[in-house]
Amino acid sequence: MTQTVAAPAPSRRPIGDLAFEILATAAGVLVLALLGAIIVSLFIGGLPAFRQFGVGFLTSADWDPVQQVFGAVVPIYGTIITSILALLMAVPVAFGIAFWLTELAPTWLRRPVGTAVELLAAVPSIIYGMWGFFIIVPFMGDYIQPVLIDWLGDLPLIGFLFQGPPFGTGIFTAALILAVMVIPFIAATMRDVFQTVPPVFKESAYGLGCTTWEVMRSIVIPYTSTSVVGGIMLGLGRALGETMAVTFVIGNTNRISTSLFGPGNTIASLVALEFPESPAGSLKLASLLALGFLLFVISFIVLAISRLLLRKGKVA
Amino acid sequence: MSATLSHRGPARDAVVANALSRRRQRVNFLVEALCLLATFVGLAFLALILATLLYLGFSGLSASVFTTITKPPGSHGGLLNAIIGSLIQTALGTAIGTPIGLLVGTYLSEYARGSLLGEAVRFVSDVLLSAPSILIGLFVYTVMVSPFGGFSGWAGAVALAVIVIPIVVRTTEDMLRLIPVALREAAVALGAPKWKSIVFICYRAALDGIATGVLLAIARIAGETAPLLFTSLGNLNWSLSLTQPMSSLPVTIYQYAGSAFDDWVQLAWVGALLITFGVLALNVLARIVLRPRT
Amino acid sequence: MSNSITEADAKPNIGTVSTRSTEALNEPRIAIRNLDFYYGANRALKAINLDFPAGQVTGMIGPSGCGKSTLLRVLNRMYDLYPGQRATGEVLMDGENIIAPGIDLNQLRSRIGMVFQKPTPFPMSIYENITFGVKLHERLSKADMDERVEWSLTRAALWAEVKDRLHSSAMGLSGGQQQRLCIARTIAVRPEVILFDEPTSALDPISTLKIEELIDELKREFTIAIVTHNMQQAARCADQVAFFYLGEMVEVAAAADMFTAPKQKRTQEYITGRFG
Repeated sequence: MTQTVAAPAPSRRPIGDLAFEILATAAGVLVLALLGAIIVSLFIGGLPAFRQFGVGFLTSADWDPVQQVFGAVVPIYGTIITSILALLMAVPVAFGIAFWLTELAPTWLRRPVGTAVELLAAVPSIIYGMWGFFIIVPFMGDYIQPVLIDWLGDLPLIGFLFQGPPFGTGIFTAALILAVMVIPFIAATMRDVFQTVPPVFKESAYGLGCTTWEVMRSIVIPYTSTSVVGGIMLGLGRALGETMAVTFVIGNTNRISTSLFGPGNTIASLVALEFPESPAGSLKLASLLALGFLLFVISFIVLAISRLLLRKGKVA
Repeated sequence: MSATLSHRGPARDAVVANALSRRRQRVNFLVEALCLLATFVGLAFLALILATLLYLGFSGLSASVFTTITKPPGSHGGLLNAIIGSLIQTALGTAIGTPIGLLVGTYLSEYARGSLLGEAVRFVSDVLLSAPSILIGLFVYTVMVSPFGGFSGWAGAVALAVIVIPIVVRTTEDMLRLIPVALREAAVALGAPKWKSIVFICYRAALDGIATGVLLAIARIAGETAPLLFTSLGNLNWSLSLTQPMSSLPVTIYQYAGSAFDDWVQLAWVGALLITFGVLALNVLARIVLRPRT
Repeated sequence: MSNSITEADAKPNIGTVSTRSTEALNEPRIAIRNLDFYYGANRALKAINLDFPAGQVTGMIGPSGCGKSTLLRVLNRMYDLYPGQRATGEVLMDGENIIAPGIDLNQLRSRIGMVFQKPTPFPMSIYENITFGVKLHERLSKADMDERVEWSLTRAALWAEVKDRLHSSAMGLSGGQQQRLCIARTIAVRPEVILFDEPTSALDPISTLKIEELIDELKREFTIAIVTHNMQQAARCADQVAFFYLGEMVEVAAAADMFTAPKQKRTQEYITGRFG
């Protein structure tokens, strides 16, 4: 009852308010700490490998558990080449889907088809891996690769990319599976940013006599280019770190093959495959953690660029 | 008209204009056809995957899948321990990750607007949203498994929780931002302290959206394999102990699909069928929950 | 009513309403016959009959939602972009019904240009903004193209302001300049008809005045239709004025007659500011 006598104190906040704000802020700080902890823990875990091999870890293509020599070149190469190949295949398809969904599709089809594409993104990656291993790999080995080797293997300059035995597995198949996985992510982002273009801009281009494709090429894409690149980078970020889908089909070989049909490894697939045979405290485990650290650095950079571009695109 | 056109050159050449128009229409038609094809390709992949799962998984589906635990090849095992393990870890991961994500989303929407810390948190959360899940598994391995004596259900749940957080953060913040200022002001005008207006008014108003985020998060972690390989490892025996290695559906699928035994591969397809349709059903459910708002 | 006349008269550069009479209207360039328009099941235009005299300005006025903008978007078939919108009846240009199926829309839109409510510069340079539309329909040498750019920018009263920065981004222009660029872009294609959809509603008074003067200039070469919610603007710019209300065209007359002696009661009420 003494409260009623006291003059109102406007600056004093209820204790619950303060507690809640502190709690919420602490949770925010926890997220920052989480990122820091991931970086630091992977780095510390990989430290023995960095100490042992120094810069050589980044330049050596050896991966020899018997000799206890580990280098990161093969998986880094595999990670980058599969991801870039995947983007080359995924971006045109994703663009086609986004264009069709925003400009061409009949209205009643947009929602169901859009949802179906989003569902493609929701399929767990292990399913892609299994499906790739049991369905795509034999199909590639029996039908696609022999034909491509026949047609392209003898070409000058680029022929070497299409040589070798048609195992069905390998870099190219992994990239194909990755492409299918990232298509929905890129398509969904593109669709969302295409929809942000004000209709009046599109109408004024139509008003000059443009076709739908000309409006897309000359108006919509230039308007949204920043965000579109951001969306593609987001897809790249996904592809770089994808584990299960690649593990099944990459062929798991620690050498660099000049042919796209040759086997290889990515950082993620190597870590997943070799981890069970890496006893705690071993140099091999440290090397795997060091690879994890490298993967984190690469994907952090890509994802950070992606977010910056997407945010910049939203402001503009 | 030609008289008024004269001072700015000859009237437009109709032949050229027609030829140009025809060519442009052809290009346009070609591009539109390719886009239709692209959409078709995308949908075909979804259909192919689902058809494969139904074709190869459905035949192995039987009651014993749900009543029998994983057994050695040739002895008619099921997936009971894997299913239960997945349910436990997914539930725990959601239970740990959701409140944290909710608080972070609240912080970003209600307290951090414009602050540097808020910007950093939002940025990091968005990056974590797409960060490779295998690294989250490795991270939990180094901080929980390696120092504290081995693989455990707890470690698996924590790894999944780390994946849940940024998903819930994103939807919570987005949904809270949609709540009109008038609603907050109405609560404040009644004399409610800010935290009460957030918890009892804003959360309630944003409930559909937040629930959608949680459903999507569950769908995402239910199918995660890579982080569990390094944390709960998998367990072919019956175990409900959270301090022991714990079985899970995705990891079991991984082990069985890569094996040389036909009955294990068959069970892997059954598991794949269950998990995929479960995850897709959650996704569809999430969209239905959100629909009234949008 | 008296208010709007005195304001218009107060500005010396603007053509006076009183000199225009019915006899001054030219032969129609476009003739609308019995036009109905539907948004889905909703009939937004009802049995419209209207002529657009060649080389003159037709102003379309009426309260929001009356169908005046809809009519404009029928003329260049802009409604075709949106499913569920359709028009029936005839819109005749050179004896051809331009709302019939089978018309080459891209070529139609090059003959009937449109300027929008808000300036819509494309994300490219000033020069490219002009050449963009021209290239769709014509093959010109570099010299001819340069000439076309200068011609259209001059006609849009923008040349002097931008001739030294043709290759910088069009986004850097002021709102009024951007709108004149959009006019230049439209006339560069050399259309026969230009549609203006409330072209000054997003502009300041000085830019508005410039655009109005421009329209007065342009009508010597183009047939013009302008939608405006601003009665003074209609009085200043138009030779013929049509009043729309709830999807019907209530009245059309030479501008002088419309503002001095409207025949219909609803017209009179609208232009004297009693509603709308």
